[in-house]
Amino acid sequence: MALDKNQIAKRIARELQDGYYVNLGIGIPTLVANHIPPGINVTLQSENGLLGMGPFPFEGEEDADLINAGKQTVTLLPGSAIFDSATSFAMIRAQKVNLTVLGAMEVSDNGDIASWKIPGKMVKGMGGAMDLVASAENIIVCMMHTNKAGESKLLKKCSLPLTGVGCVKRIITDLGMFEVTPAGFKLTERAPGVSVEEIQGKTEGRLVVEGEVKEMEL
Amino acid sequence: MDKRVTDADAALKGLKDGMTLMAGGFGLCGIPENLIAALARNGAKNLTCISNNAGVDDFGLGLLLKTKQIKKMIASYVGENAEFERQMLSGELEVDLIPQGTLAERCRAGGSGIPAFFTPAGYGTEVAEGKETREFDGKMYVMERWLRADFSLVKAWKGDTEGNLVFKNTARNFNPLMAMAGTITIAEVEHLVKPGEIEPDHVHTPGIFVHRIFQGKNYEKRIEQRTVRKRA
Repeated sequence: MALDKNQIAKRIARELQDGYYVNLGIGIPTLVANHIPPGINVTLQSENGLLGMGPFPFEGEEDADLINAGKQTVTLLPGSAIFDSATSFAMIRAQKVNLTVLGAMEVSDNGDIASWKIPGKMVKGMGGAMDLVASAENIIVCMMHTNKAGESKLLKKCSLPLTGVGCVKRIITDLGMFEVTPAGFKLTERAPGVSVEEIQGKTEGRLVVEGEVKEMEL
Repeated sequence: MDKRVTDADAALKGLKDGMTLMAGGFGLCGIPENLIAALARNGAKNLTCISNNAGVDDFGLGLLLKTKQIKKMIASYVGENAEFERQMLSGELEVDLIPQGTLAERCRAGGSGIPAFFTPAGYGTEVAEGKETREFDGKMYVMERWLRADFSLVKAWKGDTEGNLVFKNTARNFNPLMAMAGTITIAEVEHLVKPGEIEPDHVHTPGIFVHRIFQGKNYEKRIEQRTVRKRA
């Protein structure tokens, strides 16, 4: 069975280490916050200027002046810090943030990522994604393995305008987990019940399969 | 120096067609609501507007798109505005999309007397096209220029008549940076106080960057994504 969005988030959450500063993008990455393993303390950075992002407020306690980068109302925690946008990206560019999790439209087998524009159709802008991918040492991309037309989003070469070049290290899709290596996408785990053959069939980029690939534990 | 003006309309004195403006805010959080409404009344046209976002259809900078006062928009993310998308795809509106961190730093540079800097963001993408790139210590960077504005419109929570500003929570965002980069910076505040009522240690934007200040009214403070949890 392919993973659902919450299962993808749950698997990513297992990559969190105690003490990490983490930036979670909009969409599936935001869900990672719901699955932080017990005993692991992480500090969430939101690029609109907040370190130590807390959960959504209780009903009636929303504050229009306190949102995350997805424009959702959030809360502060003891020890939170607020700062301006330049300071926020200073900590991103200077690699103080340990892990960045973000979505994508396409990823290529050399680690390029496209996520901000479909020429002539959709132009929303890159927001902070270009700054994040250009600087972060540890980037996990999470996305569905194929698009709505059933075509692979793991490609030899991205067809859409790029967000960053050669920057993606790991990818988690609904079908499996992959490491970007010089030889291509190395399959490190497969979703429970999903065969290597199915993943091969749905991956357009170079896929590296070494020995027995274990099933993902959730 | 007392920098008070009576209201938003008076604050915009000298604003002319074709000028470049900065407007603080992230989404609808921390936007100068009173000044944007006054700008719509003012009717100045062919404006270049620098702001992280472009508001929504009926609020924020979306109001100035509706009245076709904006000729060019410089932003990082514009996904919440259908009128914006229509004007952009039809070619009525010029749009320069730039990475959010680069936008913030370009404003900071403009307000700091630094004409250009190098950032890794956008290297190898269309954002870097036509720009100087250079290698430093084995990594490639793109040269970005400062941004400055004829008028910077910012919103703070509290300010004194000297122009010292304090922001609240994530309504800070781009406001302090844009305040630094304006030839004329106008601050609208929720609470305008006398000098001495803000602890000098607590000032976020020193008054030297602010030229005009007034207490705004009727703040709507619209929430874009109201997300809550149930009490246990």
